[in-house]
Amino acid sequence: MIWSWIPDHLGLIWQLTVENAYLGLVPPLVGLIISVPLGIVCVRWGWLYPPVLSGTSIVYAIPSLALFVALIPYTGLSDTTVIIPLTLFSLCVLVPAVVDGLRSVPEPVRQAATAMGFGTLRRLVQVELPIAAPIVIAGMRVAVVSSISLASVGQLIGISSLGYLFIDGLQRDFPTEIVVGMACVIILALAADLLLQGVRALLTRWQRGDADVATRRVLTRLTPGGAR
Amino acid sequence: MMIPTSPALKRTAAGGIAIAAGLALAACGSSGSSSSNPLTPTASKGSVVIGSANFPENELLAQIYATALAAKGVKVTDKFNIGAREVYYPEVKSGAITIIPEYNGALLSTSVDTSSTAATTAQVDAALQAKLPSSMEILIPSAAQDKDSVTVTQAFASKYHLTSISNLTPYAKTMVIGGPPEFRTRTDGLVGLKKNYGLTFKSFDPLDESGPITLAALTDGKVQAADVFTTTPQIITDHLVALADPKSNFAAQNVVPLVYKKGVNSTVVSTLNAISARLTTAGLLAMDKAVILDHADYSTVATGWLKAVGLPS
Amino acid sequence: MSFFSYAWDWLSQSQQWQGANGIPTRLVQHLVYTGLSLLIATLIALPLGVIIGHAGRGGSAVVSLANVWRSIPTLGLLVLMVIILAFSIATWLVPLVVLAIPPILVNAYEGVIGVDRDLKDAARGMGMTPRQVLLKVEIPVALPLILLGLRTAAIFVVATATIAAEIGLGGLGRYIIDGLATNNYGEVAGGAVLVVALALAVQVSFVGIRRLVVPAGLRQGAAQT
Repeated sequence: MIWSWIPDHLGLIWQLTVENAYLGLVPPLVGLIISVPLGIVCVRWGWLYPPVLSGTSIVYAIPSLALFVALIPYTGLSDTTVIIPLTLFSLCVLVPAVVDGLRSVPEPVRQAATAMGFGTLRRLVQVELPIAAPIVIAGMRVAVVSSISLASVGQLIGISSLGYLFIDGLQRDFPTEIVVGMACVIILALAADLLLQGVRALLTRWQRGDADVATRRVLTRLTPGGAR
Repeated sequence: MMIPTSPALKRTAAGGIAIAAGLALAACGSSGSSSSNPLTPTASKGSVVIGSANFPENELLAQIYATALAAKGVKVTDKFNIGAREVYYPEVKSGAITIIPEYNGALLSTSVDTSSTAATTAQVDAALQAKLPSSMEILIPSAAQDKDSVTVTQAFASKYHLTSISNLTPYAKTMVIGGPPEFRTRTDGLVGLKKNYGLTFKSFDPLDESGPITLAALTDGKVQAADVFTTTPQIITDHLVALADPKSNFAAQNVVPLVYKKGVNSTVVSTLNAISARLTTAGLLAMDKAVILDHADYSTVATGWLKAVGLPS
Repeated sequence: MSFFSYAWDWLSQSQQWQGANGIPTRLVQHLVYTGLSLLIATLIALPLGVIIGHAGRGGSAVVSLANVWRSIPTLGLLVLMVIILAFSIATWLVPLVVLAIPPILVNAYEGVIGVDRDLKDAARGMGMTPRQVLLKVEIPVALPLILLGLRTAAIFVVATATIAAEIGLGGLGRYIIDGLATNNYGEVAGGAVLVVALALAVQVSFVGIRRLVVPAGLRQGAAQT
């Protein structure tokens, strides 16, 4: 390891980290925007959920590189070619999270809200979604960490990210670059993960104990292992 | 045919049909880009775009061009590490890339005229000038050359008394040869070795662009011969032997800028020609050593060389 | 031309199915990478996860570990291995095993720790030793989740083995990497189709294995797979 390489290349490292962060954060956010309504629909019309779930588990089995290259005829060699597959992978995690989260709302609570005069939408927004939040955030954690890590594979089709350090390090037999690249990806992913844990703590001060167990279950059952 | 009956299989089947339907719709409905090959991007506008192939020496040369042009006030964007020639050549042709450092012989036989028999620098340049598509041209080539080769280890060369590619004839059938993936299909790759030397190897191992993977494969014996670019510094440090090529399977490969004519003006052309005039094989080898073995920065080495040869940086 | 027409054009050429670079050869290589890594990862992670779950503690550590592990970039690890180790079995085995361990470990842990306390009490009440409780009650009940972990790891290893072609390995990823290098989109698309087909075949096999191995009563009870 040549430690002096790091301070000499902070500009490059920063630029690549920002690019990787962009490629890693946009997909889960778009995924969230899609999966909340989709999850609500799957809960309301329960028969929709099994096929949606099968669909997402099939997509999740597809190797990322194969999906990237499959999109090339349609989106060229651009950021979109990487963002679309990563968004699909995020959906695979987030839709079950939203559904599980909504289903975890205790029936008495739902009924109490209705009894107090809450309409369906108001009950959803003010009661059900907040209760579902810890589980949804658990799903977001998995989606964000996976996306940040997978974005580096995009370098194989020339989409710039921290993956550049892997390829250049490979070409020049330069382990320092590779190790720095790996460390940056891991740090970026864990920072995002910590941030989300903080968001959850803020949102659910009143629910901490149960949320831990629920989170663990979700993190396991959804996608135990995501960097592909 | 078995009809799925369990709930799990039913769900999987339903999901599968949904996915297949979705993909079929996407496949039918796609208009695709206007070019016929999906790997060809469309042209872009703006500043001078300097591209490079996916190996360090080429990125270094591109960096030299970029630094020198920027010093002359030209607005430059870089798009390095694109891929092999098969990938970036269409980009230059369409103008998405304005300038890329090339090697005249390889350019000719790979992308311009696969049946060409031109061998010397003069022959290759003449053929290129005649046959390049009208949107592109090559500037004045430099004296520096970096050729593909068939290279073996010192031990292997001594054992079988090898000095030239023609010596391989009795042994090729038992040898695995390695090289960049495109070596399998290129005219001066396996195809040319068969045509010019009658060599049929036992198998081909796709590795990398004369990088650590190729060199490790050679020294570890995973392959018995490999395409190692002649300015690869490890030829010296690993004691490798680049076999002589009497039949000129690999034509002259002088470093020369390939440009998209409409994207360059006289300042750009004169700057690039000045660089080519001062570039030598020895100088290139020294820079490769700095970038590859000493892990120096591309930009540092580029600026250093420009200063050393008296050009603005 | 669409992705599928490129793929079909290439796949229907008979020469793609013969020789050292033919599809059967590359498929076998891919299966070897996948099978061996999965086997070793299972031998390490399954007992470990079961034991930790049986002991009943260490849950949050397991989950935190899994999250860190999930962030490790596959491409980076493969590249680092080839630079350090050049060509050896460990070059591909270590990254694939390392990245396959978390799903197996975490799921085995969650499976065992999620076994109903009443079940365990009943078993102990019947006179079973802790070891018998583990083998006859906890592991069978945990089987759905254990299989889920194995299936996830398998799919994941198939995907990572695809990328291994970038460091000069064989397998089905070879077609994607070589096709990109030679601007041959047919090869790229054909390779992608093959890899996806393999991943789906693995997915389906595990559904089948689950039917065979998990007792019907447990299958009904398990949530989704």
